[in-house]
Amino acid sequence: MSTYSLSDGLASGAPRLTRAPLLAGWLKESGAGVAASAIWIAFGLSCLWWEDVGDWSRTRSLGIAAFIIAAVALFGTVGADYLGSAGRGLRQRAPWLVALGAFLTLWEVATAKFAWLPLPFFPPPQAIIEVYTDDLPKLLDSVFASVRLQLGGYLIGAAVGFLTGVSIGWSRAVGYWVHPVLRFIGPLPATAWLPIAFFTFPSSWSASTFLIALATGFPVTVLTWSGVASVSNAYYDVARTLGAKSSFLVLKVAIPAALPHVFVGLFMGLGSSFAVLVVAEMIGVKAGLGWYLQWAQGWAAYANMYAALIVMSLLCSGAITLLFAIRDRLLVWQKGTVKW
Amino acid sequence: MVAAALAEAITHPAAGAALDIEQVSHAFDIDGAELPVLSDVSISVEPGEFVALLGPSGCGKSTLLRLVAGLDRPKAGTLREDERRIRSPHPSRVVVFQDPTLFPWRSVWDNVALGLEAQGILKSQRHRVDDALDLVGLAAFRNAYPHQLSGGMAQRVALARALVNDPRILILDEPLGKLDSLTRITMQSEIVALWQRKGFTTLLVTHDAEEALVLANRVFVFSERPARVKADIRVDRPYPRHRGDPYLADLRRQILGLLGLDATW
Repeated sequence: MSTYSLSDGLASGAPRLTRAPLLAGWLKESGAGVAASAIWIAFGLSCLWWEDVGDWSRTRSLGIAAFIIAAVALFGTVGADYLGSAGRGLRQRAPWLVALGAFLTLWEVATAKFAWLPLPFFPPPQAIIEVYTDDLPKLLDSVFASVRLQLGGYLIGAAVGFLTGVSIGWSRAVGYWVHPVLRFIGPLPATAWLPIAFFTFPSSWSASTFLIALATGFPVTVLTWSGVASVSNAYYDVARTLGAKSSFLVLKVAIPAALPHVFVGLFMGLGSSFAVLVVAEMIGVKAGLGWYLQWAQGWAAYANMYAALIVMSLLCSGAITLLFAIRDRLLVWQKGTVKW
Repeated sequence: MVAAALAEAITHPAAGAALDIEQVSHAFDIDGAELPVLSDVSISVEPGEFVALLGPSGCGKSTLLRLVAGLDRPKAGTLREDERRIRSPHPSRVVVFQDPTLFPWRSVWDNVALGLEAQGILKSQRHRVDDALDLVGLAAFRNAYPHQLSGGMAQRVALARALVNDPRILILDEPLGKLDSLTRITMQSEIVALWQRKGFTTLLVTHDAEEALVLANRVFVFSERPARVKADIRVDRPYPRHRGDPYLADLRRQILGLLGLDATW
């Protein structure tokens, strides 16, 4: 009996419901995109409607760019079905576009148009765009200098830390000598070495490489060591009964088993080496994004500082993303790893 | 059946080895105190025999297996494989442990290939890995990772990892202890079939009297720690054996009596 009444109810309700779910479905899929489009049009208008309180050359271009983004958001989300994965991605990120557009509009109005925020310290978006277009060569030079310094120091530190960690974890004798040194030097923040490093090393560049390597090396060493030390004896027993020599036990048992720990160390090392990089560039090295920040502050060029900060953030985030990608590739055998 | 296994051992030079355990005693040092685990154990296993070591849990059976594998050295006595003294592990004596202990970072195929790789002969012998996987019926899972396998499948992979080395003595340390009872029964007959086919000498540690009687030609019953051999029982029944066989039931009653459990049966 109950099934009859249920289907009856559905049948009688059906004609009333046909339009509403269609509209609701459309709103759910494209609503955020339409809203994003509207808010980016508002941003564009906010750029063009009022006069700037200062002298910025990119206000018009920014307004036009906002309209273009609004158009892309609108047609992209409404026509997402014809755009494949790009369309799906756009739809998924449309709420973020709304938030970003609202933030930019507010920022534009609060700085360039009515100067609610004190001006040299809070430059409007167009001032930052201006840095990217007009000061690009210097910014790019700084990026290259930073990446080179960071990469060199990090790779050296990671390699030395890994080898040291494996040696301590594997050999009692090495552990006896290295462990106390590690305990004495390791916890010291690498930046504390700055004054000494800059006069003992032949160049500020080599000094900074050393410091970055030091900052990377300590966590990598400790975690590699604990990873190797925590490998279950059962794995060694299995390998030994199958005829494994000790080189096999290190290379094919201890190291792969310790690899998840090693990556934790690599992540920690990456974080602390960023800090050292920026400080080293601010104090000693006459190149790189840290130096650029310092230089911009000297000239009270606040827009340049924000521009450099944004680039720096993208670079650091990119480096972490890259490390995650490498880890995911090497540790596919682990289940349920964290997504970055 | 022993005769058949022996005949096969003669035709296959790589098949079962003889194992002689002579007056072996062993002890652990725990916080300076000496804890005896094996006391004057002597066992002589003929090539191709299937021997079960049965005893109360924690009595030292697994320690004896570690000595046979060469993972530890005894405090007293000697162990010999075909007259050669056992001093260190060798791929002719492979252990299957209670936990499969597959390497989680290696695929099933790479886990099975471990022994050949460790001995540096994998490049020319890759087909042996495929054969071993076929033997345990897991060829379709060659690219799976251990965390994707069930307990029984993982233990089969561990068995394949041992068999790929063509061991002369297969050492089974309660390999079925953690499996559910259905998987356990299936794998018991698989182990018998593999043993009959390959002719290796088998040493099985178990605390399950029924398992020992269904699988082995000889059952050694051990005492409480420190383990001594209490009885050496020949199980003279053809395979496949039937669990309800009155002869086996009788032996089982005897064994449980030796273990001091006759009142409960």
